[in-house]
Amino acid sequence: MLPGSYYTGLSAVLFVIGVTGVLVRRNPLVIFMSIELMLNAANLALVGFGAQFGTADGQVLVFFGMTVAAAEVAVGLAIIMAIFRLRRRLSVDDLSAMRW
Amino acid sequence: MPLAVFLVVAAVAVASALGLVLKRNPIHGALFLIVNLGSIAVMYLTLHAQFLAWAQVIIYAGAIMVLFVFAIMVLIPGKEETGPDSLRPVRLIAIPFGALLLVELVLMLVSRRAAPVAAVPAPGGVEAIGRLLFTDYLFPFELTSVLLLAAMIGVLALAKSRKAG
Repeated sequence: MLPGSYYTGLSAVLFVIGVTGVLVRRNPLVIFMSIELMLNAANLALVGFGAQFGTADGQVLVFFGMTVAAAEVAVGLAIIMAIFRLRRRLSVDDLSAMRW
Repeated sequence: MPLAVFLVVAAVAVASALGLVLKRNPIHGALFLIVNLGSIAVMYLTLHAQFLAWAQVIIYAGAIMVLFVFAIMVLIPGKEETGPDSLRPVRLIAIPFGALLLVELVLMLVSRRAAPVAAVPAPGGVEAIGRLLFTDYLFPFELTSVLLLAAMIGVLALAKSRKAG
């Protein structure tokens, strides 16, 4: 099996691409997908570290992370839909108030 | 051989992640993200985490991405990113700072003393994960049910039409 640093290196690259996506893009849906990319990079790092130490604990953490991601996506998309119904526009630059 | 598999799958993962960030059309971005999630599932397989690989395919590439594609279809976006961008100079600062973050992370990884690879690979089957979930991690496991319930109620409250409410 390959050393775990290969996997953590790949996860660092993916995480940075996700961060850049969040900062550069204007569409909230794409920003949200970039956040998913970052979550996945963190998951990959967890599994890589777990393989380094020979335990399955990292994988259990990733399982919890997936659960949280599923809940987060459901709530986040509902919020984006609610904003779209209210404003008829979808650009993060227009949204400066957290008002209902 | 494992190195060749790793390099090919890593190239696919990085290329699809770049596609997500660089492509204008959000639907293309969503499809790139599905490719990325699939390649991470292959990474889990090479790490002997079989259960997670299938959970990744079913939950992420299946359920979550269906939700994303559905939302993209409903919201008909695409006009947001074609108009003039008043914040463009500010936004482009993100690229050098992203590169800086990457350098930092890589330096951190390199400076760490390389841990020896465990002699016995971590168990990654359903049995090992289930045993851990229902013994050491029983309380967090029960808490996720509360989290999912809260998310469900929150989504229902958000989706309810305000006129009816």
